Amino acid sequence: MTKKTYINGVGCISTQKTFDTVFLEEAVVNTTETVLSIVSPVYKDYISPAAARRMAKGVKNGIVASALAMKDANVENVDAIITGTGLGCIEDSEKFLKNILDNNEEFLTPTSFIQSTHNTVGAQIALSLQCKGYNFTYVNGAVSFESALLDAKMQIEENEANSILVGGVDENGEYTLSLFKLAGRIKKENDLPSNILNTTSTGVVYGEGASFFVLENERKDSTYAEILDVEIRNTLEENEIESELITFLKVNNLEISDVDAVVLGFGGNIESDVYYKNLAENAFAKTPQLYYKHLSGEYDTASAFALWMASKIIKTQDIPEIVKVNSVTKPVYNIILLYNQVNGKNHSFTLLSK
Amino acid sequence: MKGVAITGMGIISSIGNSVEENYISLIENKIGISKIQNIPTVHADVIKVGEIKKTNEELVSELQLSENNNFSRTAMIGTLAAKQAVENAGITLINEFRTGLISATSVGGMDMTEKHYYDYFENPDLVKYISCHDGGDVAEKIASELGLKGMVTTISTACSSAANSIMLGARLIKTGKLDRVIVGGTDALAKFTINGFKTLMILSDDYNKPFDNTRKGLNLGEAAAFLVLESDEMVEKYNKKVLARVSGYGNANDAFHQTASSENGDGAYLAMKKAFEVSGLQPSEIDYINVHGTATPNNDLSEGRALLRIYEDGKVPDFSSTKPFTGHTLAAAAAIEAVYSVLAIQNSVVYPNLNFEIPMEEFELQPQTSLKMKNIEHVLSNSFGFGGNCSTLIFSKS
Repeated sequence: MTKKTYINGVGCISTQKTFDTVFLEEAVVNTTETVLSIVSPVYKDYISPAAARRMAKGVKNGIVASALAMKDANVENVDAIITGTGLGCIEDSEKFLKNILDNNEEFLTPTSFIQSTHNTVGAQIALSLQCKGYNFTYVNGAVSFESALLDAKMQIEENEANSILVGGVDENGEYTLSLFKLAGRIKKENDLPSNILNTTSTGVVYGEGASFFVLENERKDSTYAEILDVEIRNTLEENEIESELITFLKVNNLEISDVDAVVLGFGGNIESDVYYKNLAENAFAKTPQLYYKHLSGEYDTASAFALWMASKIIKTQDIPEIVKVNSVTKPVYNIILLYNQVNGKNHSFTLLSK
Repeated sequence: MKGVAITGMGIISSIGNSVEENYISLIENKIGISKIQNIPTVHADVIKVGEIKKTNEELVSELQLSENNNFSRTAMIGTLAAKQAVENAGITLINEFRTGLISATSVGGMDMTEKHYYDYFENPDLVKYISCHDGGDVAEKIASELGLKGMVTTISTACSSAANSIMLGARLIKTGKLDRVIVGGTDALAKFTINGFKTLMILSDDYNKPFDNTRKGLNLGEAAAFLVLESDEMVEKYNKKVLARVSGYGNANDAFHQTASSENGDGAYLAMKKAFEVSGLQPSEIDYINVHGTATPNNDLSEGRALLRIYEDGKVPDFSSTKPFTGHTLAAAAAIEAVYSVLAIQNSVVYPNLNFEIPMEEFELQPQTSLKMKNIEHVLSNSFGFGGNCSTLIFSKS
């Protein structure tokens, strides 16, 4: 019999205070910055200062977020570590590349090259836990995290692992951000909307973060939710989304009316958000709708922040006002659907139940 | 029938632009290691590389890309290999069944980023290349050239990346999530990796000599290879020709050091052990091992020790590294070696481990040094990467 997958622990480092808090009660909506930075945890509580000095920002945040998730799930070790990251350790990549170019390929030291590998976060977590199990890293834009999630779910279903640490992590790199601004991927300051739902411009507010989860094959006291299904689709046209989502729900014996809340990846890019707007105004008009990128910023693994948020909602049965798109409510929040995409590419559907 | 069917293959490397060309080079000792031509680097005279002798302009025209395309070299060679694989599998309507693409890369579009890094702000025509930096862009480009709309993702676990994409693909087929999946990897040469490995002092200034006592390090290479995996239902229903099967796979982490392998090859040992468990095969049933064999002092020692832990009686099957032919093609390595493993099964051949002269002093392992013809039922292929990432695949005759 295939095993079920439960989220038994969560840890989130983000551009909001999402640790040592209850649930987004201290969250602040930014309307003045085009790039958001993480609220740093006290790293020395988790990593020795000597080790931390050598670590990239993303690695440190990944280690802290995974430690929080493991403590939350009350586990000491896991069978596998699966990570998603869009750009990996971009700061070290920038540093090494800059040294190559500025010094004409001479006088280089290997440290930043060693750390620049995309799988550094997963590897460093394995090293610190001495976890010799399965260790994969996915790097595919907006579905980097969902790829990790899908992989983890398959491992648990197929009895290949009992407990898995799965996470999404990305860090901001200064030069890369300047290139994103040049390419119009990040909004101009003049274009910053007071609310990303009412945007009239392209580009997004950029963010960074690390969200990790302990997935296990049994329900425990610490259980947040069960992951019913995860699906990844590279390309879908605007007019295909609704029927694809209905099919996805149907495969899981559900209908739109069964969904207690839908989490949409509104990012403030008018071209990209069309996909969500159509759903919000039509198929899910009578469903409580939630958004989060006004809090987390947009980045490749921002959808891991959304999973953290949805997990919390199912466990606490409380939806913070700050994440509500509409005023529709339901008596219980047992089934939550998450939908994310960026510019019509890398669509993901994730389905949670109590 | 055990294992997941392989129904198509495609490859481009420094020893050939097709499966046939690669095979001929392998059996005729035609190596692809040479002086670097396509990238201006101060190290040009002191390194040798496995370079595909096609310029980016030639690749653009071969792929018939538009003038304003923003393909990285990694994406172009990846597209060439993936197209070959799809054609070889006889697939015409790519979205007819649940079809996925699992790619692998370590450098992604770094070749373009490093070329234009400071020029982006001066030259608006270059801005289009900014978005091709990230790893996922390569798979995106391949998918769009194939017209594939379904599941697309990318794995990046350094030099084991493509082994892991094959592993994920096999599991997606086994669990029934997909009907068929195109799996593999692609990496182009870049100043970034050349200088990275140079600073780690593991680049040889000579031809690489895997498992030789005097080995000095690796030659970097560039390549792309993709394989098509299909479910048994698809194979039966459409009477597909099965080239070979992916019968075993395992991934483990050495958890020892970010870039060095542990002395006893814990990760490598665990990866092989898992692959045997999945396949249900005994180590003695393996006819040929395509070792990772990068020719760095550290890898070959660690891998050799791990092999001797699996083969406690010391009876290690015929083994060789094909990296003296191609160089170490990083995230693509396991995919090109998967193609070579399938060719070994199809043609009953063990490839020579070129450049080997003196056995390592630490143990008595001797690779196969000349071409050997024999029946091959099962091939084991190892790939290990930074971050302690260790992967093993087993391919079997269908």
